[in-house]
Amino acid sequence: MRSCQLHAAVIAAAVFALTSSAALAQKKYDTGASDTEIKIGNIMPYSGPASAYGVIGKTEKAYFDKINAEGGINGRKINFISYDDGSSPPKAVEQARKLVESDEVLVVFNPLGTPSNSAIQKYMNARKVPQLFVATGATKWNDPKDFPWTMGWQPSYQSEARIYAKYLMKEKPDGKIAVLYQNDDFGKDYVKGLKDGLGSKSSTVVAEESYETSEPSIDGHIVKLKASGADVFISITTPKFAAQAIKKLAEIDWHPLHIVSNVSASVGGVLQPAGFENAQGMLSAAYAKDGADPQWDNDPGMKKFFAFLAKYYPDANKLDGSVVYGYGVAQTLVQVLKQCGDDLTRENVMKQAASLKDFETDTLLPGIKINTSPTDFAPISQLKMMRFKGEKWDLFGDIISGDLSN
Amino acid sequence: MSAADEAEVIAEGQVVEAVPKRAMTLSTGTSLTVLVVLLLIPLLVKNFIIFQMTMLLIYGLAVLALNILTGGSGQFSLGQSAFYAVGAYTSAILMEQFNVNYALTLPIAGVICFAFGFLFGQPALRLSGVYLALATFALATAMPQLLKLGYFEQWTGGVQGLVVTKPDAPEFLENALKMVHLKMSQDMWLYYFTLVITVAIYLWSVNLLRSRSGRALMSIRDNEIAASSMGVNVALYKTLAFGVSAGITGVAGGLGAIAVQFVAPDSYTITFAISLFLGMVVGGVGWLPGSFVGAAFIIFVPNISESISKGLSGAVFGVLLFFVIFLVPHGARQVAIVGQQLAGRFRR
Repeated sequence: MRSCQLHAAVIAAAVFALTSSAALAQKKYDTGASDTEIKIGNIMPYSGPASAYGVIGKTEKAYFDKINAEGGINGRKINFISYDDGSSPPKAVEQARKLVESDEVLVVFNPLGTPSNSAIQKYMNARKVPQLFVATGATKWNDPKDFPWTMGWQPSYQSEARIYAKYLMKEKPDGKIAVLYQNDDFGKDYVKGLKDGLGSKSSTVVAEESYETSEPSIDGHIVKLKASGADVFISITTPKFAAQAIKKLAEIDWHPLHIVSNVSASVGGVLQPAGFENAQGMLSAAYAKDGADPQWDNDPGMKKFFAFLAKYYPDANKLDGSVVYGYGVAQTLVQVLKQCGDDLTRENVMKQAASLKDFETDTLLPGIKINTSPTDFAPISQLKMMRFKGEKWDLFGDIISGDLSN
Repeated sequence: MSAADEAEVIAEGQVVEAVPKRAMTLSTGTSLTVLVVLLLIPLLVKNFIIFQMTMLLIYGLAVLALNILTGGSGQFSLGQSAFYAVGAYTSAILMEQFNVNYALTLPIAGVICFAFGFLFGQPALRLSGVYLALATFALATAMPQLLKLGYFEQWTGGVQGLVVTKPDAPEFLENALKMVHLKMSQDMWLYYFTLVITVAIYLWSVNLLRSRSGRALMSIRDNEIAASSMGVNVALYKTLAFGVSAGITGVAGGLGAIAVQFVAPDSYTITFAISLFLGMVVGGVGWLPGSFVGAAFIIFVPNISESISKGLSGAVFGVLLFFVIFLVPHGARQVAIVGQQLAGRFRR
């Protein structure tokens, strides 16, 4: 009899232990996550030469406000902490340390700028804190082997440049190319992609001018490029300088085939201030829908986007591509956090971020999907070319993958 | 600190106001208190605050160097960021490309920057006042681009910059601490390392300004013609001042590279040089302890203005700066003098 009771007791204890540990294993948290909130850190240039991108941070804040108003993610509210780095790498390091050590966030999401991200990459990986969906297209963020805690989001600059090179070789094989590029990681990455894409025909680049972000105006460089006699002008510039280039081109009456980098293709942020009449015929590539394009007026995804802006961020400029960008990347993060469920450890966040399959946000072009895997840390790698006509961009051609194999 | 002392220093036609020798530093009591506070802080706060304190000491050193140059010898410089950058890159390149021990890179950075500053001081002899300021401004503007040059890319890393490995505390210290079951984090070790160097350089600078050479420098600042007629080798002392100032800034730059763990050309722009100049003015020109107050200002006040308003943080910073300059035009030195007077009255 006693042995029966003993057996029963042991079995009961075992069952109890198993079920209780299973119940305890349900919720796992790292610093920054709890039953009621998830702390998300962010670093944006709200001041300095790249302050035009500050709206991305503001859009993300508004989007998380919306998510919180709708009940949060699995019942948890998002606490979005965003700091200004003024595009200065040491300041970015300070803010990253502040977020991780003082504010104790779960992840640092969408920090902006290649130099700032380069500065914090080693620290984030040493600390094992996700540096998730960085707001830069530098090719080096797709390196899960060496930096497993860093992941990009937008198509890489080199793949975009290769697409332009392919287009030029097909449409303007005898063209003479002049390039204006920002003298930093961003500009040089593009130039590399362009020259790689042109391959043996890289001699068609007849003139290259670089500029510093500390320069107030790039007019002098444009004049020099015109003097080279080129008939193709590739503008690897951030918004402020892209607008200056468009204006100067019109001023000096130079009308080459004008290709501009996707980061400065915003209708509201760049083309409108530069003057629509000066931007006719410009080429670029896109992966997201444009708020200025009436073809998306009845698109269900864009309708949600406009409704969101009307309610949570009414001051936003709908035509500004940065606003669309902020919405898209915030939506991606929300998807990753939803996938995490109750396991909100940093490791699981990276795991879920590396298992996005054919995820479509409201704002990506139809057919462009987000795909990641443990060996592919480039969520978006497809683009479509577009030409500026009237007051909007007209997409043309097929969706092109910017991968090396193509 | 009588009224007569203060009056005698406001001479006509002087660009930089002279600071009476007695007022050059804090009293012994205050200095010791500050030192004890600095020694104890890391034991009480988180690693991030220790990091900020380390940056405060480093920027304080850079402002101190500028103080010696402007407050000591009366020469303006808006180009300290260039010397800081050279020091930072020297340390980074020696550590990363040539595997030199981090502590050794600092004297090397100091000597290289001293030479650089001395060489720059030579043509600067012909300039004074605003023209010298412009020349140093040009130096600061040119530096980021020089660092990006393709020719140097194999050493400097070009626009990508260099990632610097943070040093651990030395073996003997770690073993000693293990015996009392304590552990020293990298941040804490770096803080104490920086503190020792800062105190050493501070004491050396105070000594320099109190010595014959210091008096020679100050005489050049007050009246160059009188100084040269008294037998002071004006040219030598002016270039020496540049050299010493650049050397100290170089050491600060090296420490900065190690603390931030990253060097990039865009980290050392003219904006940084102007910040250092601001720090010097807020701390009190020529008042060496004020350098650290000035450094605190340029590190923490931008953070404060950001918390007040993200979009207008620059404007808020400007307003705060305006208030400081308006209320205490002589910077922290004025506050210290008022404090001393109050303390004196209290004692009676």
